[in-house]
Amino acid sequence: MASSETTRGTAVEEADGEKQSIQKSAEKSTAKAGPGQDLAGLEAGLDALDTVQIKRVSPVEVLVQKVLPPIVAVAVVLAVWKVLVVAKVTDDYKLPDPGLVWDALRQLWLQGELFDIVWTSVSRGLFGFLIALVIATPLGLIVARVKFIRAGLGPILSGLQSLPSVAWVPPAVIWLGLNDQMMYTVILLGAVPSIANGLVAGIDQVPPLFLRAGRTLGARGLVSARHILLPAALPGYVAGLKQGWAFSWRSLMAAEIIAKSPDLGLGLGQYLENQRNNSDMAGVLLGILMILVVGIAIELLIFAPIERRVLRSRGLLASAR
Amino acid sequence: MSPALTTEKDDRADAAAAGSPGPADTAGSVSIDHVHKSFGRPGAAQAVLEDINLQVRPGEFVCILGASGCGKSTLLNLIADLDKPSAGAIEVPGGRPALMFQEHALFPWLTAGKNIELALRLRGMPRAERRPRAERLLELVRLGGAYGKRVHELSGGMRQRVALARALAQDSSVLLMDEPFAALDAITRDVLHEELTRIWSETGVSVLFVTHNVREAVRLAERVVLLSSRPGRVVREWTVDIPQPRRIEDAAVADLSVEITEELRGEIRRHGQQ
Repeated sequence: MASSETTRGTAVEEADGEKQSIQKSAEKSTAKAGPGQDLAGLEAGLDALDTVQIKRVSPVEVLVQKVLPPIVAVAVVLAVWKVLVVAKVTDDYKLPDPGLVWDALRQLWLQGELFDIVWTSVSRGLFGFLIALVIATPLGLIVARVKFIRAGLGPILSGLQSLPSVAWVPPAVIWLGLNDQMMYTVILLGAVPSIANGLVAGIDQVPPLFLRAGRTLGARGLVSARHILLPAALPGYVAGLKQGWAFSWRSLMAAEIIAKSPDLGLGLGQYLENQRNNSDMAGVLLGILMILVVGIAIELLIFAPIERRVLRSRGLLASAR
Repeated sequence: MSPALTTEKDDRADAAAAGSPGPADTAGSVSIDHVHKSFGRPGAAQAVLEDINLQVRPGEFVCILGASGCGKSTLLNLIADLDKPSAGAIEVPGGRPALMFQEHALFPWLTAGKNIELALRLRGMPRAERRPRAERLLELVRLGGAYGKRVHELSGGMRQRVALARALAQDSSVLLMDEPFAALDAITRDVLHEELTRIWSETGVSVLFVTHNVREAVRLAERVVLLSSRPGRVVREWTVDIPQPRRIEDAAVADLSVEITEELRGEIRRHGQQ
């Protein structure tokens, strides 16, 4: 508060200085100079009255509003789970105690396998996502801007988005065999349409006024694409990236669960499938939880901060609470 | 009628007279010569502008006034080279004119200062000169402290001033304004009228200002041009001899506004009778 008051004080001083010089020039140019000529002061007052106040949220508020609710939600789920187990609503092999899942996790950790399993999947997922990004970005640009290609590819891209990517696993195995290439193929087929569609939607939502304004400033063609179109489409593009990651991760898990081979390292999907074969329900639940946690963690650590930055810098986040 | 203003009954003869003198006189003027514009397919085309003749002298402030459907915005688009006339010729000195819209049209992904710097960059100014120039332009619109502000942090009036600074950054000798203050509250609009008058007299830029607000036109312009609607034709023009600084409340401004409003209403009535 104190700092904002001092800055306002200096702003008023500056405005006063300006006012004097303007009054001088007004006296020179016309005899009509009077209180009505005090334009600078008037304007400074209007600006101060109209300026949008951006509220800063304290760390305590963030803790209460953002961190606490998910913790409570998780606690409630665990409590319900425990109650169901204690009440013996079903057999132990179908619904194990939460403690057993924790033990399975501890065991993986003590065997030193936990990190390897997670990393195998995460590295595959992220690398696949990056290839998808490199392919989907120019594809989305072309589909958005070239009418003929849009008419041809647009519906196919939208259709592919609703096709569950697990359907691509059998053909990918036949085409490429049981190897990493097959995994990446499945990821690409899942993520590319989603990222490209996000970019197309982002470009479609660019207000025509920005393009007109850009043209009057002299931006045409590629210059306009670089300085106006792409930055304007960024929020939609980032939303597409987020969805693209979700599709990458889902596709990879489908591929890992179905495709089994000693050549493929042990990832989260294979771990889940192995525990099913061992009829180890605690291990199966642990596999599902780890897949869930990794997916959420990547989104929270990588995509959410990018999205927040993009939206906040445009003032699209302040009101969205 | 107030002695402070004169009207020209025969504006067409006057416009022709302004257009006819030697090349030395028209050099540097915006010249709109027998411009027609129609939209739609040939045969079923609808005329929006019909035989528009208009000269804007260097440093002149002209307001174009008209009701809905007079093609005001179409005319500005033609002058700004965002669209081509169906017939006739438009000449603008020094190439691309600057254009300001009713919406501020500032890019929300850039700060106020960077918006201006983008305009400087697009006209080829070297990087090192851009920032000082942008800061000077912001000071010109009295927003010296707003360089790092995002668009959403500024009030409506401040946004329009940044938009004005960005338009001035193009360093064009002609500034086109398409109802730039229509969306502002009356107090802010009044202040921006004063601000625009000051900046116009400081920079010597020619201004072609489109509005449907008669008082605004008389408050600002040296010359007011009334367009008819569907199609837009120049009906009449008035030279406003009231000395600046004017106030929108001035009696002389009110008197001329009444006269122009009568003419404008007459034009609108004609459409009801057809």
